[in-house]
Amino acid sequence: MQPFEYASPKTLKEALPLLGSSWADAAVLAGGTDLLSLMKEGVVNPKRVVNIKDIAELKGVAKAGSGVRIGAAVTLDELLSSPLLRAYPALTEAARGVSGAQMRNMGTVGGDLCQRPRCWYFRAGFGLIAKHEGKDLVADGDNRYHAIFGDGPARFVSASSFGPALVALGAKIKVASVSGTREVDAAKFFVAPASADAREAAIQPNEIVTEVVLPGAATKNATYEVRQKDALDWPLATASVALTMKGASVGSAMIVLGHVAPTPYVASDAGSSLAGKTITAASAEAAGKAAVAGAKPLSMNAYKVQLASTAVKRALLAAAGVKA
Amino acid sequence: MQGIGVTGAVSPALLQEEAVAQSAAGVMGPGAVPVTLTLNGKVVKVTVEPRETLLDVLRNNLDVTGVKRVCDRGTCGACSVLVNGKVMYGCSILAIDVQGKQITTIEGFALTNGKPHPVVEAFVNNDAQQCGYCTPGFVVAAKAFLDHNPNPTSDQVKDGLGGNLCRCGTYMGVRKAVLEAARVMKGGSRG
Repeated sequence: MQPFEYASPKTLKEALPLLGSSWADAAVLAGGTDLLSLMKEGVVNPKRVVNIKDIAELKGVAKAGSGVRIGAAVTLDELLSSPLLRAYPALTEAARGVSGAQMRNMGTVGGDLCQRPRCWYFRAGFGLIAKHEGKDLVADGDNRYHAIFGDGPARFVSASSFGPALVALGAKIKVASVSGTREVDAAKFFVAPASADAREAAIQPNEIVTEVVLPGAATKNATYEVRQKDALDWPLATASVALTMKGASVGSAMIVLGHVAPTPYVASDAGSSLAGKTITAASAEAAGKAAVAGAKPLSMNAYKVQLASTAVKRALLAAAGVKA
Repeated sequence: MQGIGVTGAVSPALLQEEAVAQSAAGVMGPGAVPVTLTLNGKVVKVTVEPRETLLDVLRNNLDVTGVKRVCDRGTCGACSVLVNGKVMYGCSILAIDVQGKQITTIEGFALTNGKPHPVVEAFVNNDAQQCGYCTPGFVVAAKAFLDHNPNPTSDQVKDGLGGNLCRCGTYMGVRKAVLEAARVMKGGSRG
């Protein structure tokens, strides 16, 4: 790690002026599980590190109108023990998928959203687009864990565990800077970068994610993750779904895939195909197939298409409480 | 830096001065600064750079070597420590970040008046180690797990210790040891 200045402000007001106008000026430190690794690898070398764990405004899970507000510095362990989140299994299942007590005790909600991609070319210093001497490292190289959707140029997958669930639930992400606060739809928070200079989240260097706001839980929702191993790892494919029911049938459905594209991937056709239907093994499987219809796998990751399709089917069945 | 209001005419030296003046508000480093830790119930003082991890400060400055440096990337669990009773990766915490918190390493609880902690004893009884390098991390994680889950099932043990890796593959022995320790800690027998 390169040397850096350190500050541990106690309020958001103290913290915000400590950030800079470029990513090299300052980095926000919460759980540290991603940032410290990135700094050890020299992928990021901030001049200053601002610890936000001791800022009271960023803590706590509380009712907010008909919904729930989750502070950005809430740990996964705290999230899992909150009784207010029982109506949001899409979110809590995603948190449960993050294995290991250490990671759950350290990792935070804001950190999950802001963690950098796990793409090994990115982690080795080749940037988000991973081009080197004119070569497309992902397309020509080992792409077993990369995107199966999109036309590039970025082919990493969004690392966030909560992203797909928050998009499916219609959550909003609040962000603060010295010039004020703003609210971003979860669906717009994640961005597929078009160039090596762009970023994968709609956040500026002088901003801090302060909280996540979940709307009232009017949906049946669930997340299903497919993982290679039980221990600490990122999923191969996930699906988060939220169903607004009209009696026994689906009024509207949000189906969002994770770890298949540089952002959570909204399978809108698959979602609208469920309107008016009841969730059965057959309708869930058909929706799973529809969700991956546009997949364009790379040379080594066609296997993820089936995983994503099955994740959708199982998430739908879990949300509807149907045993297949 | 934010809010300095730089114009083209400002000299770099002046800029630096202003930056230093601004950093007076609670900004420390990048050079070594005094750091006070509460380690195994005792207050200890070190002088370290903000970039030094708790793992490295424990091993290199305080000779507390039960924490091991293996992956150094928050994955293997060999550096497990307790911070306010919760298990965390020492390699992924800055030492300067845990001032005022209770830090417990295996040295803090493995032996009480020469008597081994039930988790330590159960690891011996169940051959829950081979090369032993991951063992202190497993014992720390197991103690924290049992403190919060006194009546675990085998599956809960597996999930609870999912943040620790053993490349010798002693997982079955470790799980048996944790279940035995749970029985002993409740006043039951080993078997």
